[in-house]
Amino acid sequence: MSIKLNALFSDSYVDVSQYRDQHFKGNRYEQEKLLKQSNTLYVGNLSFYTTEEQVYELFSKSGDVKRIIIGLDKVKKTACGFCFVEYYTRADAENAMRFVNGTRLDDRIIRTDWDAGFKEGRQYGRGKSGGQVRDEYRQDYDPARGGYGKVVARPQSIRTTT
Amino acid sequence: QPVMSKLFISVVSWLVAFAINHRVGGQSHKRRRTSEPIEIEDRLESLICRVGEKSTSSLESNLEGLAGVLEADLPNYKNKILRILCAVARLLPEKLTVYTTLVGLLNARNYNFGGEFVEAMIRQLKETLKANLYTEALYLVRFLSDLVNCHVIAAPSMVAMFENFVSVTQEEDVPQVRSDWFVYVVLSSLPWVGKELYEKKDVEMDRLLNQIDGYLKRRLKTHVPMLQVWTAEKPHPQEEYLDCLWAQIQKLKKDRWQERHILRPYIAFDSVLCEALQHNLPPFTPPAHTPDCQYPVPRVVFRVFDYTDAPEGPVMPGSHSVERFVIEENLHNIIKSHWKERKTCAAQLLSYPGKNKIPLNYHIVEVIFGELFQLPCPPHIDVMYTTLLIELCKLQPGSLPQVLAQATEMMYMRLDTMNTTCIDRLLNWFSHHLSNFQFRWSWDDWADCLAMDADKPKPKFVKEVLEKCMRLSYHQRIVDIVPPTFSALIPAEPIFFYKYQDEANSKCAGYAVAITVGNAIKNRASNEEILTVLKDVPNPNQEDDDDEGEGFNPLKIEVFLQTLLHLAAKSFSHSFSALAKFHEILKALTDCDEGKLHILRVVYEVWRNHPQMISVLVDKLIRTQIVDCAAVANWLFSPNMAHEFTRFYVWEILHSTIRKMNKHVQKIQKELEEAKEKLEKQQHKKDSGDEEDMERNSEDEDGQLEEQIERLQEKVESAQSEQKNLFLVIFQRFIMMLTEHLVRCETGSVDFNTPWYKNCIERLQQIFLMHHVTIQQYVGTLENLLFTAELDHHILAVYQQFCALQL
Repeated sequence: MSIKLNALFSDSYVDVSQYRDQHFKGNRYEQEKLLKQSNTLYVGNLSFYTTEEQVYELFSKSGDVKRIIIGLDKVKKTACGFCFVEYYTRADAENAMRFVNGTRLDDRIIRTDWDAGFKEGRQYGRGKSGGQVRDEYRQDYDPARGGYGKVVARPQSIRTTT
Repeated sequence: QPVMSKLFISVVSWLVAFAINHRVGGQSHKRRRTSEPIEIEDRLESLICRVGEKSTSSLESNLEGLAGVLEADLPNYKNKILRILCAVARLLPEKLTVYTTLVGLLNARNYNFGGEFVEAMIRQLKETLKANLYTEALYLVRFLSDLVNCHVIAAPSMVAMFENFVSVTQEEDVPQVRSDWFVYVVLSSLPWVGKELYEKKDVEMDRLLNQIDGYLKRRLKTHVPMLQVWTAEKPHPQEEYLDCLWAQIQKLKKDRWQERHILRPYIAFDSVLCEALQHNLPPFTPPAHTPDCQYPVPRVVFRVFDYTDAPEGPVMPGSHSVERFVIEENLHNIIKSHWKERKTCAAQLLSYPGKNKIPLNYHIVEVIFGELFQLPCPPHIDVMYTTLLIELCKLQPGSLPQVLAQATEMMYMRLDTMNTTCIDRLLNWFSHHLSNFQFRWSWDDWADCLAMDADKPKPKFVKEVLEKCMRLSYHQRIVDIVPPTFSALIPAEPIFFYKYQDEANSKCAGYAVAITVGNAIKNRASNEEILTVLKDVPNPNQEDDDDEGEGFNPLKIEVFLQTLLHLAAKSFSHSFSALAKFHEILKALTDCDEGKLHILRVVYEVWRNHPQMISVLVDKLIRTQIVDCAAVANWLFSPNMAHEFTRFYVWEILHSTIRKMNKHVQKIQKELEEAKEKLEKQQHKKDSGDEEDMERNSEDEDGQLEEQIERLQEKVESAQSEQKNLFLVIFQRFIMMLTEHLVRCETGSVDFNTPWYKNCIERLQQIFLMHHVTIQQYVGTLENLLFTAELDHHILAVYQQFCALQL
């Protein structure tokens, strides 16, 4: 009775991705361990206008949400398109990975990923301009994320930087 | 020579595995040079699991090849192969006939192996029954019965097993759900093996079916009304599952057991298989009933489509055709196997074998909604179905969305008779679904609801849907997506109502203190300072010269909480911070039951246009122990909230509250279990360990643990007592409200069955359905205290239906 037929019943939506937080205080092994036990998800590709209330409503569909931390532009202190969702149990977070990841919030396909756990300071974007790194360099126009990427918005700074 | 051929065969099996995996595009393996035993075992598992999947060769040829490989590997890997085959029999019912064919081929080549397999299956059957794994046991029996078709098992011995199963209906003093299950197992195997068994043993089979007929006629159907999605018989009767299956089997029998839907690979191998020697099943006595047995809960078959609904293409098999049963079984099993992986699940559903002969999209949509609306609970988490349907729409963009829209339309039209719990799930699904498709919907098609009273099911449904849609977006969006005619159904803008807003309210009692408190908070005053300010608030409940006003002071609560929540109204996080920061004050103000009730009233007053905020605040108040669960229940049932009683968010809050209570009890129970286990382990170590070393520490440790266990025991008892009390409060309130309504209607000679009544009685049902496992523990108390014979029979019926779920 003990055979699980691993070959067949995969649960790939719950797998840890390739992303590792470069600012994580600790080694790779420790980070992996935390990711595998975590109840916290990183949520990306949010609109700047998506509210905590909307995130709560959507992510409550996979279980009781313990807290939400909206990601902020480090300079402007306004929402910059990501957040953390922490559940009370791992099982609820897993269901979010299976059924909320890759669906829409505010008409945008959002992406969830395991997070090692919120620490003060991690709510800020790490891009040079204060927002997320991805908004520094992208070339497209996204009205829900401040329009053009920063590199497009101020081409001068590229030429003057060495 | 033998060594060389063994090596050769191992290499061949490696090559075959490589080839099959390559074609199918299975998981990436690390290809090692040498074949170690573990490697070969993994490959065997992979080979067996993947047979029957898309391949460039025919299924027959793959089965033939695999049978050859396995036969060759039997000398070295027999036990592993046995275990894998038993596992696929138990876990992959949608591929039943593929694997029975494989076993048939193996049995034809190796009679002893066939015998050992049958023995292993019987052992497994016993284990699954012991472990309350009734669904898996069902699949095992069905597998065994199909082995009759593969000449592995002799028909008479299968009939004998079925006879033993049906004889359970003669047992006395056992729950009906027990005999139900054994009858279900026999009936649900007949589509596969009915023909063969009738050919060999028609007299015995007729007797069997007569016995079943007699049983079905005399069994109780008290549970049925509680489990029906719609109360109306038209357009599709919601049949009890055994009744439906019986009708299907009778029709099959009338058709002389001709069944053409099931894929039967063994037919192609008939010439080989009929040469095989068969085995007899050992006599199998169903294990006796014990109080620990948890039989499956009865079901009602969900039907929303019939042959008139698929406009073109293949016709949908009738509701009493066995094809319908088999298709639905297989689709349910695919979901059961793959629910965690939505892409795989959707792909597997859409590649159902024989899909060209049936309106597959209709079956899929019907099966999915059938699960979503299943009472008491869906087999899987609700949100899975939403995401699965979205995935299916992606894969079939030209056809599936239309079927989905058609189903939605049909369900809207039948809202009047839909069970309230199912309406909840429907509106949750629909609003979430729309949010993935820019809220596009033909709202004008539902303009009929605008002319109806707001409390009627259709306008109510639309209103609640729009409210849920707003939670996933924002108010203006909702205004934009509906036609202007729908403006009455648009939710209110979620604004805060502050009593002490402006000069106009300056005459309000407490206005001055409210301003002072507000400033104090803004200036980061300490808790003591704020409490001092609050001391100036007069207590409307008390005489002037009374004591310090330590008792319940509603005005104090009002002034403080309104002001605090007003300052923190910006977002959930702001409000949570506020509650956390002033936890001490809030605790002090709400020390008594009235205080707790009043705090909830204030929360409602200020946030009555933002139900979502009320919901999360109540959640926080419970978790930080400012209010308890019973207070929330009392508040929701209070006269102040009577006008909100039929709003969806009220029930969201109540069920969330009950769930928190349940989880709390479970958590402490788990802690107690773990502590007990720890103590046991330690004592075990003491008995078997080194005396000297252990003695010095163990007494202290034991003592500590024992103390901890005692404390936890008390905690568990106290939590269980709180839980029981919560249910008592809720049921008491329901009984009071319903009785009042029924009496009033009777004296006024008015029909009691108003929309309000339907909602209320179904909400009572919902409490039982959603928490039936927990409530089972308190049945004794409920029966003695509340659900007595004196109760109005309408209310008592709900209780009796609930009891029938495990009777």
